[in-house]
Amino acid sequence: MMTFLAIVIDGFIYASWLFIIAAGLSLIYGVMRILNMAHGSFYAIGAYTVASLAGWYWSAGLPPYGGIVLMFVIALAVGALVGFVIERGVLRFLMDRDQIVMVLVTFGLLLMFEDIIKLMWGVQSYYAPEPYSLFGSTDVGDLVFVNYDLAMVGVAALVAFLLWFGLNRTRQGKLLRAVIHDRELAITMGINVRRLFVITFSVGAALGTLAGGLVAPAIAVTPGIGIEIIVLAFAVVVTGGLGSIQGALVGSILIGLARAAAVNLYPELELFVIYGVMALVLIFKPRGLFALASTRKI
Amino acid sequence: MRQIDYSFIAIVLAALLLALGAVVFPLWLLSTIVNIIAKALVVIGVILLMRGGLVSFGQGLYYCIGGYVVGLGGQLLGITDIVLLLVFAAIIGIVSGAVIGLLMSRFREIFFAMFSLAIAMILYGMLSQSQALGSTDGFNVARVTALGIELTAGQASLLIYLVACALAAILSILTHIYYKSEVGFACLAAGENEVRLQYLGATPNRIFYGTYIIAATLAALGGALTAINYGHVGPNMTYWTQSGEFIFIALLGGSGSVMAAFVGSTLFEFVRTYALEFAPDAWQLILGTVLVLIIFFLPDGLWSLIQPARSSARIKRRGKAPS
Amino acid sequence: MHTKTRLRTLSALILASGMMAMAQGAQAQDPLKLGLISFYSGPVSGPVGIPSRNGADLIIEAINNGTLPAPYTAAGIGGRQIETVYVDEAVDPVAEYRNAVLRQGVDAVVGYASSGSCLAVAPVAEELKTLTLFYYCGTVRTFEEGPKEYVFRTMNTQDVENIAAARYVLATRDDVNTISGINQNYGWGQESWRDFSKSLQQLKPEVEIKSELFPKFLAGQYGAEVTALSRNKADLIHSSFWGGDLDALILQAAPRGLFKSQTGLLTTGGTALNTLAKQIPDGTIIGVRGNGGILAPDSDFNDWFRAEYEKKYGEQPTFPAYYMAQSVLALKAAADKAAAESGSSAPDMEQIRAALKGIEYDTPAGKVSLNRHNGHQAATELAYGTFKLVDGKPTLENVIRYQPNCVIAPEGAKSLDWIEAGFPGAQCD
Repeated sequence: MMTFLAIVIDGFIYASWLFIIAAGLSLIYGVMRILNMAHGSFYAIGAYTVASLAGWYWSAGLPPYGGIVLMFVIALAVGALVGFVIERGVLRFLMDRDQIVMVLVTFGLLLMFEDIIKLMWGVQSYYAPEPYSLFGSTDVGDLVFVNYDLAMVGVAALVAFLLWFGLNRTRQGKLLRAVIHDRELAITMGINVRRLFVITFSVGAALGTLAGGLVAPAIAVTPGIGIEIIVLAFAVVVTGGLGSIQGALVGSILIGLARAAAVNLYPELELFVIYGVMALVLIFKPRGLFALASTRKI
Repeated sequence: MRQIDYSFIAIVLAALLLALGAVVFPLWLLSTIVNIIAKALVVIGVILLMRGGLVSFGQGLYYCIGGYVVGLGGQLLGITDIVLLLVFAAIIGIVSGAVIGLLMSRFREIFFAMFSLAIAMILYGMLSQSQALGSTDGFNVARVTALGIELTAGQASLLIYLVACALAAILSILTHIYYKSEVGFACLAAGENEVRLQYLGATPNRIFYGTYIIAATLAALGGALTAINYGHVGPNMTYWTQSGEFIFIALLGGSGSVMAAFVGSTLFEFVRTYALEFAPDAWQLILGTVLVLIIFFLPDGLWSLIQPARSSARIKRRGKAPS
Repeated sequence: MHTKTRLRTLSALILASGMMAMAQGAQAQDPLKLGLISFYSGPVSGPVGIPSRNGADLIIEAINNGTLPAPYTAAGIGGRQIETVYVDEAVDPVAEYRNAVLRQGVDAVVGYASSGSCLAVAPVAEELKTLTLFYYCGTVRTFEEGPKEYVFRTMNTQDVENIAAARYVLATRDDVNTISGINQNYGWGQESWRDFSKSLQQLKPEVEIKSELFPKFLAGQYGAEVTALSRNKADLIHSSFWGGDLDALILQAAPRGLFKSQTGLLTTGGTALNTLAKQIPDGTIIGVRGNGGILAPDSDFNDWFRAEYEKKYGEQPTFPAYYMAQSVLALKAAADKAAAESGSSAPDMEQIRAALKGIEYDTPAGKVSLNRHNGHQAATELAYGTFKLVDGKPTLENVIRYQPNCVIAPEGAKSLDWIEAGFPGAQCD
């Protein structure tokens, strides 16, 4: 019983972190058909900015809860800014190129950012652990869980809700969905696709930096965290179905639970379980769980 | 017609020049050139798949398999003859490509890329776990022999170099023939529009399957050559960033001709080495910038500077709906 | 006649001055090119690569200026100034080693933090006949797979740290009957756990293993692992985590009290002491992979090193700095020894290499003696301590120093065999 509870709680905590990253990636792909490898860089930038700026705030002894607000604000603002700059500065000129070319451009950007981050922040580790223990912990049986992690689940749920609401209940969201389904047709209908692209990429990037910023208090922020995260995010997004937010949600829950189960029950499988789940899903549903319906044109 | 002659002549000339170069080139250059050739072989496979619209983020899988086959062949079976090792690696490449290809040829586009990445990473996981195979440290490969004769380090280097040149020439010519053959054009057509090709009577799945096996074999040979050249193999050979490197080189060279792979590989090697030497803290920045610039200004790779791409050889937007 | 003599004298003078100029030129020798190879990019650069380079640079500068404390007072190595060539280990170690030696012409190499690199580079070093000193990688396979002529290692192998850890646990905590392990899933982590658990079970057979976890290297998120370890309580948790992963583990375990309810044994914990002191519970056992960093024994040399490092880099040196520094010092010591033995003030690389074999020399962490594997492998003292926060400052108490003959397999024995045989011939007091 304890084991089951442990797996569920761990699984959902891990899944919520995965979801925030994957949601941004899926959104960008869905609207712009770009598999953004630089998402790993956004994550890293989020982590670094929060760890350094918010870290400075906390070690200056200022009210800690204000720091939480600051954390969100910094992460989202930086993400939106970086996303805007990249979309306008680089991606805009390549929008009529092949999907794979876009992947490779973002791979190039990922490489560039690795060193840019290093030049800006150096190679030392950054720590901002204050908020992690700020909310205390919860006892479940004789297991202790950190409330910060549990709060992460709440944040992920909120993000999921906002995305759903935004895409389904607002006018802009409906326009976005039209673009997701058929870009050419949306353009002919007079939708300002260019503007939507900028907005989408900025939002997606902001989600990436948010994920990094939220995780920063629990880790040592070092160079290379962007590269490590990218494959994980891909696995989630592909499993769930590229371009689908509910796919990202289901995918992250699936993989989160699978990983928690593996660690608690069969630790030897831990390395494979993520790719194993992805491969298994793809065998039965080659385009992922919630793949976007696509018309085949001859 | 003019274009075929150009490539053929170029291949033969280049191979001869390289082989002659063994006399004057310094030792470090020989080793670097073998490395360039080994990577170029893998890249040829990547390009073949790219022409058909498939981007493999998992060629590292076969690269690693080829390398480990050479290493294990020496350790377990005592095979150290260079030709035997290469043949052995090629055979294992064909077999593994055939098995995995059965699954892979069902996928297209991004999913093909992601699935190939997943399989490569699964192998990475398996090798990292395996203490018997040296885990992430890998293990060393014994020095090659020729016809049963033991060699000194210098002789081995020379032999490896000449074998590499010969291998490059042979495979380049075979690939060139493939390019201009019915199967080669069918692959290109399948990449453009599968449904139309089916109406014409061909089976795209089978074409992709065959191309995949060829790419796997090329990658295995590249990995085998690397193992022989370096004397060491490790799971990093199948890590996804290694596959990313191959794709980078493919893009650098372009898909216009077989030679493009070698041109791309050469440029990549030199850019990286000198970037590392002069800006050890910023070599990734340089590499990334080069990649982005190439994509912007030379979408058909460097080879398009020498031979402007004909429309059929370009990686261009296919006639599918943007979905 | 007169003209002829004058001409002859003139030419003799010109010849003589020419020879003197050449001799001068020979004395103002070309510098000794030293390759310094470690991880200068990627996640390992922060905790290991950069501190290593800092430590080495400090020593090299002091060597070049002749400002090293006694007994290294002569400037340069064999009279030659050191010119450093930095190479990033993160990119293709074998190819870059060849480039460094063949293209850039380095005379010697100090480097390698990763066991994989050491394994790959060793045969190449032998082939290219270049003096190479491994300063940090821990694999025992380097010399156990075959003797080397040009490869030396100036630090203990990783099995030693874990054997010493087992002895420390027994010496200070006789209440430990169950153990768990969380180690990174690659060679370093797997072998560390194997050597520790086997050693402990050799010395105390009733010890039981509860959990053995091997999360992916650089995973960064260990929530599930902390839960699994908490569920399956043991008396002691062994971890050879290092760098960013170690920091993450400490940060994530702290609010959940993992290392409070189960004692943590962190074999490379020394790097986290300054930055995460508040998150490490009292009672945690900390190692420094040797006796560098905070556990370096007091000495004038150590005081000098720490003061200079603080002056130059604004912080205290962690143990990677000590270990690369001590590798460079090996070259210096060997050159001095070769000069003394041969009488020439400018020994060549071959003489230095011969002098290096079996050498014993001074470092900021005490004496290092290359007396294993035919004079190529160092056997140094190893220390462990127990963490205690005193007045907000991290300190280690209950420090036990293990001498080489207690925790290092004797000459000719393979380490795993030695452990499994019950440490025959170990001299511990």
